Amino acid sequence: MIKNVAVLIAVIGLVAIFLPIISGFQERDELNELAAQYVEGSINELRVPNVVTSVIVTYRGLDTLGEVTVLFLATVGVGLILKGKKEDRIKISASELLETTSSVLVAMIMVLGIYIFTHGHLTPGGGFQGGVVIASGFLLLLLSNVSLKMNHSIMHFVESLSGVAYVAIGVAGIVLTVGFLNPEVLPLGKFGNLLSAGAVPVIYSLIGIKVGSELTSILVTMGGEK
Amino acid sequence: MIPIIIIGLGIIMIAAAFAAIYFKSLLASIITAGVISLLASVIYLILGSPDVAMTEASIGSGLTTVIFLFALHRVRKGNSDD
Repeated sequence: MIKNVAVLIAVIGLVAIFLPIISGFQERDELNELAAQYVEGSINELRVPNVVTSVIVTYRGLDTLGEVTVLFLATVGVGLILKGKKEDRIKISASELLETTSSVLVAMIMVLGIYIFTHGHLTPGGGFQGGVVIASGFLLLLLSNVSLKMNHSIMHFVESLSGVAYVAIGVAGIVLTVGFLNPEVLPLGKFGNLLSAGAVPVIYSLIGIKVGSELTSILVTMGGEK
Repeated sequence: MIPIIIIGLGIIMIAAAFAAIYFKSLLASIITAGVISLLASVIYLILGSPDVAMTEASIGSGLTTVIFLFALHRVRKGNSDD
Protein backbone atom coordinates (compact mmCIF):
# COMPACT_ATOMS: atom_id res chain seq x y z
CA MET A 1 0.00 0.00 0.00
CA ILE A 2 2.69 2.47 1.07
CA LYS A 3 4.80 1.30 -1.84
CA ASN A 4 2.02 2.02 -4.34
CA VAL A 5 1.41 5.47 -2.85
CA ALA A 6 5.13 6.24 -3.06
CA VAL A 7 5.22 5.16 -6.71
CA LEU A 8 2.14 7.31 -7.42
CA ILE A 9 3.72 10.34 -5.76
CA ALA A 10 6.93 9.81 -7.73
CA VAL A 11 5.02 9.57 -11.02
CA ILE A 12 3.01 12.72 -10.24
CA GLY A 13 6.24 14.52 -9.36
CA LEU A 14 7.86 13.52 -12.62
CA VAL A 15 4.79 14.65 -14.57
CA ALA A 16 4.89 17.99 -12.75
CA ILE A 17 8.55 18.39 -13.68
CA PHE A 18 8.30 17.37 -17.32
CA LEU A 19 4.88 18.77 -18.28
CA PRO A 20 6.05 22.42 -18.46
CA ILE A 21 9.02 21.35 -20.58
CA ILE A 22 6.84 19.39 -23.02
CA SER A 23 4.12 22.04 -23.25
CA GLY A 24 6.69 24.77 -23.87
CA PHE A 25 8.39 22.81 -26.64
CA GLN A 26 8.38 24.24 -30.11
CA GLU A 27 10.30 22.93 -33.07
CA ARG A 28 13.15 25.08 -34.28
CA ASP A 29 13.63 25.50 -37.98
CA GLU A 30 17.15 26.88 -37.67
CA LEU A 31 20.20 26.14 -35.54
CA ASN A 32 20.85 28.28 -32.51
CA GLU A 33 23.92 30.49 -32.39
CA LEU A 34 26.31 28.04 -30.75
CA ALA A 35 25.26 25.12 -32.95
CA ALA A 36 25.64 27.21 -36.09
CA GLN A 37 29.17 28.15 -35.02
CA TYR A 38 30.02 24.50 -34.38
CA VAL A 39 28.76 23.45 -37.81
CA GLU A 40 30.60 26.23 -39.63
CA GLY A 41 33.80 25.89 -37.62
CA SER A 42 33.85 22.13 -38.02
CA ILE A 43 33.67 22.28 -41.79
CA ASN A 44 35.66 25.45 -42.53
CA GLU A 45 38.29 25.60 -39.79
CA LEU A 46 38.85 22.00 -38.74
CA ARG A 47 37.88 20.31 -42.05
CA VAL A 48 35.87 17.60 -40.33
CA PRO A 49 32.83 16.51 -42.40
CA ASN A 50 31.19 14.71 -39.45
CA VAL A 51 30.18 17.53 -37.13
CA VAL A 52 29.40 15.15 -34.25
CA THR A 53 33.02 14.00 -34.18
CA SER A 54 34.39 17.52 -34.22
CA VAL A 55 32.19 18.41 -31.24
CA ILE A 56 33.17 15.27 -29.30
CA VAL A 57 36.90 15.36 -30.01
CA THR A 58 37.58 19.09 -30.29
CA TYR A 59 35.00 21.49 -28.90
CA ARG A 60 34.05 19.14 -26.05
CA GLY A 61 37.40 17.35 -25.94
CA LEU A 62 37.85 17.80 -22.21
CA ASP A 63 34.48 16.12 -21.56
CA THR A 64 35.55 13.19 -23.71
CA LEU A 65 38.75 12.88 -21.69
CA GLY A 66 36.54 12.77 -18.60
CA GLU A 67 34.31 10.08 -20.13
CA VAL A 68 37.34 7.95 -20.97
CA THR A 69 38.56 8.39 -17.39
CA VAL A 70 35.18 7.29 -16.03
CA LEU A 71 35.31 4.18 -18.21
CA PHE A 72 38.85 3.50 -16.98
CA LEU A 73 37.70 3.77 -13.36
CA ALA A 74 34.80 1.39 -14.10
CA THR A 75 37.24 -1.13 -15.56
CA VAL A 76 39.53 -0.84 -12.54
CA GLY A 77 36.55 -1.24 -10.23
CA VAL A 78 35.33 -4.38 -11.98
CA GLY A 79 38.84 -5.80 -11.93
CA LEU A 80 39.25 -4.98 -8.24
CA ILE A 81 35.94 -6.49 -7.09
CA LEU A 82 35.77 -9.57 -9.28
CA LYS A 83 39.43 -10.51 -9.37
CA GLY A 84 41.06 -13.30 -7.44
CA LYS A 85 38.17 -15.77 -7.49
CA LYS A 86 39.77 -18.68 -9.21
CA GLU A 87 37.40 -21.37 -10.26
CA ASP A 88 37.81 -24.79 -11.71
CA ARG A 89 34.91 -25.46 -13.95
CA ILE A 90 34.75 -28.20 -16.47
CA LYS A 91 35.32 -26.70 -19.84
CA ILE A 92 33.46 -28.17 -22.75
CA SER A 93 35.20 -27.22 -25.95
CA ALA A 94 33.11 -25.76 -28.73
CA SER A 95 32.49 -27.68 -31.91
CA GLU A 96 34.94 -27.52 -34.81
CA LEU A 97 32.39 -25.66 -36.92
CA LEU A 98 31.86 -22.92 -34.33
CA GLU A 99 35.56 -22.43 -33.69
CA THR A 100 36.45 -22.15 -37.38
CA THR A 101 33.55 -19.88 -38.29
CA SER A 102 34.16 -17.58 -35.36
CA SER A 103 37.86 -17.20 -36.15
CA VAL A 104 36.91 -16.04 -39.66
CA LEU A 105 34.20 -13.75 -38.31
CA VAL A 106 36.45 -12.24 -35.64
CA ALA A 107 38.86 -10.99 -38.29
CA MET A 108 36.02 -9.24 -40.12
CA ILE A 109 34.61 -7.76 -36.92
CA MET A 110 38.05 -6.39 -35.99
CA VAL A 111 38.44 -4.79 -39.42
CA LEU A 112 34.98 -3.23 -39.10
CA GLY A 113 35.87 -1.86 -35.65
CA ILE A 114 39.14 -0.38 -36.89
CA TYR A 115 37.33 1.10 -39.90
CA ILE A 116 34.72 2.70 -37.64
CA PHE A 117 37.21 4.47 -35.41
CA THR A 118 39.72 5.51 -38.08
CA HIS A 119 36.93 6.98 -40.22
CA GLY A 120 35.27 8.67 -37.24
CA HIS A 121 35.79 12.13 -38.71
CA LEU A 122 34.36 11.20 -42.13
CA THR A 123 31.45 8.83 -41.49
CA PRO A 124 29.13 8.25 -38.51
CA GLY A 125 30.82 6.42 -35.69
CA GLY A 126 34.04 6.90 -33.85
CA GLY A 127 36.23 5.74 -31.03
CA PHE A 128 33.55 4.57 -28.64
CA GLN A 129 31.52 2.67 -31.25
CA GLY A 130 34.62 1.16 -32.86
CA GLY A 131 35.99 0.18 -29.47
CA VAL A 132 32.77 -1.62 -28.58
CA VAL A 133 32.80 -3.46 -31.91
CA ILE A 134 36.38 -4.62 -31.24
CA ALA A 135 35.38 -5.73 -27.75
CA SER A 136 32.49 -7.71 -29.22
CA GLY A 137 34.97 -9.41 -31.56
CA PHE A 138 37.04 -10.45 -28.55
CA LEU A 139 33.83 -11.60 -26.85
CA LEU A 140 33.08 -13.92 -29.76
CA LEU A 141 36.63 -15.26 -29.51
CA LEU A 142 36.19 -15.72 -25.76
CA LEU A 143 32.89 -17.58 -26.07
CA SER A 144 33.86 -19.88 -28.93
CA ASN A 145 37.41 -20.65 -27.89
CA VAL A 146 37.36 -22.14 -24.41
CA SER A 147 41.06 -22.71 -24.04
CA LEU A 148 41.91 -19.12 -24.96
CA LYS A 149 43.74 -17.15 -22.29
CA MET A 150 43.68 -13.38 -22.55
CA ASN A 151 46.77 -11.69 -21.19
CA HIS A 152 45.62 -8.98 -18.81
CA SER A 153 48.98 -7.21 -18.62
CA ILE A 154 49.15 -6.70 -22.40
CA MET A 155 45.61 -5.30 -22.40
CA HIS A 156 46.41 -2.92 -19.55
CA PHE A 157 49.64 -1.88 -21.25
CA VAL A 158 47.88 -1.07 -24.55
CA GLU A 159 45.14 0.76 -22.66
CA SER A 160 47.53 2.90 -20.59
CA LEU A 161 49.72 3.62 -23.60
CA SER A 162 46.79 4.97 -25.63
CA GLY A 163 45.57 6.98 -22.64
CA VAL A 164 48.99 8.55 -22.15
CA ALA A 165 49.26 9.29 -25.88
CA TYR A 166 45.82 10.95 -25.79
CA VAL A 167 46.86 13.27 -22.95
CA ALA A 168 50.24 13.86 -24.63
CA ILE A 169 48.49 15.10 -27.79
CA GLY A 170 46.40 17.36 -25.59
CA VAL A 171 49.48 18.80 -23.89
CA ALA A 172 51.17 19.22 -27.29
CA GLY A 173 48.16 21.38 -28.17
CA ILE A 174 49.07 23.72 -25.30
CA VAL A 175 52.74 23.88 -26.31
CA LEU A 176 52.39 24.17 -30.08
CA THR A 177 49.02 25.87 -30.57
CA VAL A 178 46.47 27.81 -28.57
CA GLY A 179 44.98 25.31 -26.17
CA PHE A 180 44.58 21.84 -24.67
CA LEU A 181 43.46 19.17 -27.18
CA ASN A 182 43.65 21.51 -30.14
CA PRO A 183 43.77 19.24 -33.22
CA GLU A 184 45.89 21.67 -35.20
CA VAL A 185 49.10 20.14 -33.83
CA LEU A 186 49.12 18.07 -37.04
CA PRO A 187 48.58 19.51 -40.54
CA LEU A 188 44.90 19.87 -41.38
CA GLY A 189 45.19 18.32 -44.86
CA LYS A 190 42.54 18.14 -47.55
CA PHE A 191 38.84 18.14 -46.64
CA GLY A 192 37.41 14.62 -46.73
CA ASN A 193 40.69 12.69 -46.81
CA LEU A 194 41.42 9.95 -44.30
CA LEU A 195 44.58 11.72 -43.12
CA SER A 196 43.07 15.14 -42.59
CA ALA A 197 41.55 17.27 -39.84
CA GLY A 198 44.79 17.42 -37.86
CA ALA A 199 44.91 15.20 -34.80
CA VAL A 200 41.19 14.28 -34.82
CA PRO A 201 41.57 10.80 -36.43
CA VAL A 202 44.63 10.09 -34.26
CA ILE A 203 42.78 11.01 -31.07
CA TYR A 204 39.70 9.01 -32.07
CA SER A 205 41.86 5.97 -32.95
CA LEU A 206 43.53 6.20 -29.56
CA ILE A 207 40.11 6.43 -27.88
CA GLY A 208 38.98 3.41 -29.91
CA ILE A 209 41.97 1.32 -28.85
CA LYS A 210 41.54 2.41 -25.24
CA VAL A 211 37.80 1.70 -25.10
CA GLY A 212 38.27 -1.62 -26.92
CA SER A 213 40.93 -2.87 -24.52
CA GLU A 214 39.03 -1.63 -21.46
CA LEU A 215 35.76 -3.29 -22.45
CA THR A 216 37.58 -6.49 -23.41
CA SER A 217 39.20 -6.47 -19.99
CA ILE A 218 35.77 -6.02 -18.34
CA LEU A 219 34.32 -8.89 -20.39
CA VAL A 220 37.25 -11.19 -19.59
CA THR A 221 36.97 -10.41 -15.89
CA MET A 222 33.17 -10.81 -15.84
CA GLY A 223 33.30 -13.96 -17.90
CA GLY A 224 35.09 -15.71 -15.07
CA GLU A 225 38.30 -16.49 -16.89
CA LYS A 226 41.44 -16.69 -14.84
CA MET B 1 4.49 7.88 -42.27
CA ILE B 2 7.64 8.41 -40.18
CA PRO B 3 5.78 9.64 -37.05
CA ILE B 4 3.58 6.53 -37.20
CA ILE B 5 6.64 4.26 -37.31
CA ILE B 6 8.23 6.12 -34.40
CA ILE B 7 5.04 5.97 -32.33
CA GLY B 8 4.68 2.26 -33.10
CA LEU B 9 8.27 1.58 -32.06
CA GLY B 10 7.72 3.62 -28.91
CA ILE B 11 4.65 1.59 -27.99
CA ILE B 12 6.59 -1.65 -28.50
CA MET B 13 9.39 -0.23 -26.32
CA ILE B 14 6.98 0.58 -23.49
CA ALA B 15 5.44 -2.88 -23.78
CA ALA B 16 8.89 -4.45 -23.69
CA ALA B 17 9.77 -2.37 -20.62
CA PHE B 18 6.69 -3.65 -18.78
CA ALA B 19 7.47 -7.17 -19.96
CA ALA B 20 11.00 -6.83 -18.58
CA ILE B 21 9.56 -5.93 -15.18
CA TYR B 22 6.84 -8.58 -15.06
CA PHE B 23 8.68 -11.57 -16.57
CA LYS B 24 9.34 -14.25 -13.97
CA SER B 25 12.57 -15.35 -15.64
CA LEU B 26 15.54 -13.00 -15.23
CA LEU B 27 17.01 -14.23 -18.51
CA ALA B 28 13.87 -13.15 -20.39
CA SER B 29 14.00 -9.77 -18.63
CA ILE B 30 17.60 -9.19 -19.73
CA ILE B 31 16.79 -10.07 -23.34
CA THR B 32 13.75 -7.78 -23.30
CA ALA B 33 15.85 -4.93 -21.92
CA GLY B 34 18.20 -5.48 -24.87
CA VAL B 35 15.24 -5.29 -27.25
CA ILE B 36 14.34 -1.86 -25.82
CA SER B 37 17.81 -0.54 -26.69
CA LEU B 38 17.66 -2.05 -30.15
CA LEU B 39 14.33 -0.34 -30.90
CA ALA B 40 15.68 2.91 -29.45
CA SER B 41 18.61 2.72 -31.85
CA VAL B 42 16.18 2.27 -34.78
CA ILE B 43 14.33 5.39 -33.63
CA TYR B 44 17.59 7.36 -33.44
CA LEU B 45 18.45 6.24 -36.95
CA ILE B 46 15.05 7.36 -38.29
CA LEU B 47 15.44 10.71 -36.52
CA GLY B 48 18.74 11.24 -38.33
CA SER B 49 21.45 10.67 -35.74
CA PRO B 50 23.42 7.62 -36.91
CA ASP B 51 26.21 8.25 -34.39
CA VAL B 52 23.90 7.87 -31.41
CA ALA B 53 22.17 4.94 -33.09
CA MET B 54 25.48 3.10 -33.45
CA THR B 55 26.38 3.72 -29.83
CA GLU B 56 22.98 2.61 -28.60
CA ALA B 57 22.94 -0.53 -30.73
CA SER B 58 26.46 -1.62 -29.83
CA ILE B 59 26.60 -0.63 -26.16
CA GLY B 60 22.94 -0.70 -25.15
CA SER B 61 21.74 -3.83 -26.84
CA GLY B 62 25.03 -5.67 -27.32
CA LEU B 63 27.52 -5.14 -24.56
CA THR B 64 25.12 -4.35 -21.70
CA THR B 65 23.09 -7.48 -22.41
CA VAL B 66 26.22 -9.62 -22.38
CA ILE B 67 27.49 -8.04 -19.16
CA PHE B 68 24.09 -8.60 -17.52
CA LEU B 69 24.15 -12.22 -18.66
CA PHE B 70 27.62 -12.69 -17.18
CA ALA B 71 26.44 -11.06 -13.94
CA LEU B 72 23.37 -13.32 -13.84
CA HIS B 73 25.61 -16.34 -14.34
CA ARG B 74 27.82 -15.27 -11.44
CA VAL B 75 24.87 -14.53 -9.13
CA ARG B 76 23.27 -17.92 -9.84
CA LYS B 77 26.57 -19.67 -9.17
CA GLY B 78 26.89 -17.83 -5.85
CA ASN B 79 23.42 -19.01 -4.82
CA SER B 80 24.05 -22.64 -5.66
CA ASP B 81 27.14 -22.73 -3.44
CA ASP B 82 25.12 -22.04 -0.29
